[in-house]
Amino acid sequence: MHPELTIRAAMKEVLPTTLGYIGIGIAFGIVSRASGLSVLLTALISIFVYAGSAQFVLVTMLLSHSPILSIIFSVFLVNARMMLLSTTLSPYFKQEKTWRNILLGTFLTDESFALGMNKLNYTNRTLNFTWFNTVNLTSYLTWIIGTGIGAMLGSLLSNPEKFGFGFAITAMFIGLLYLQVIADKTIPIKQQLIVILFVLLLTYFGMAIIPAKVLIIVVTLLGCTLGVILKHAHA
Amino acid sequence: MPTLNFILWTIFGAGVVTWLSRILPFVLLKKFNLSPAVIEFLSFVPITIMAALWFQEIFIPRSGQLPEINTLNLLASIPTLLSAVISKNLPVIVIVGVLSAAVCQLII
Repeated sequence: MHPELTIRAAMKEVLPTTLGYIGIGIAFGIVSRASGLSVLLTALISIFVYAGSAQFVLVTMLLSHSPILSIIFSVFLVNARMMLLSTTLSPYFKQEKTWRNILLGTFLTDESFALGMNKLNYTNRTLNFTWFNTVNLTSYLTWIIGTGIGAMLGSLLSNPEKFGFGFAITAMFIGLLYLQVIADKTIPIKQQLIVILFVLLLTYFGMAIIPAKVLIIVVTLLGCTLGVILKHAHA
Repeated sequence: MPTLNFILWTIFGAGVVTWLSRILPFVLLKKFNLSPAVIEFLSFVPITIMAALWFQEIFIPRSGQLPEINTLNLLASIPTLLSAVISKNLPVIVIVGVLSAAVCQLII
């Protein structure tokens, strides 16, 4: 990553995300078509909901004829972590105009958040609208293009996982997590590793008792709580 | 599949709740300041959320019991993590990840 917060730097740094988005977008397009949704409806979901796993939940629940409110509530639960992400991000854009904050929030994703948090380590802990907006909009366009390709491929390609693209986003999180741990000097590495180990145990044991829809948010909240406790124990 | 009308309203509703989760904190926090305790708590969000998003992919949930291991994703994670340590370069890490997953797919 570079210290510059320019459109050019953003385009370069968002490349790994686009690779993952094309893969998962294609997968979503295929799944949605296979469930009986038209190319247009499939595209509408990616354009208006724009939320990775929640879109798969949405299509699955439509297919099983779930009531509208329970579908919407499930999507809300799956995406509830977004509130945590935008809360974490908001202090860096406090000086920007309200419409710019709304625009950044509208296209915020796990991936652009993770990139932004990593970028902070190279920019003296600052971010700007131009850089973040470029990352967001490029990701959004790629997601829609991926969905479109997948929807049109439809039955031609029955299993995109075969080509390893399904793992692209996970690989990106592994990379970003590692880069974050080695670059973030505000928390000692040992404390970070303990928190990560705790998150691993929580995810494993949590899967047996916490509904999959709220697992991420519950695990994240508990992980952060442990982090704060560790920090104060050492202070 | 339900009726077109039902699907359109569902997409609309799902879109609105997702959008509100994304923008409300931005809008509200322009007026208020976060307390130092909250900021400290939030400083752990990046590593915990990235770790959680990774770890949920290496397990397969089974209702009421401990999850199964997702062998494919677990195996593919090893070269991916190694490439992170060695290259510290995100595009390289993602490409190694995709190739590892493709190779593991062939082996398993």
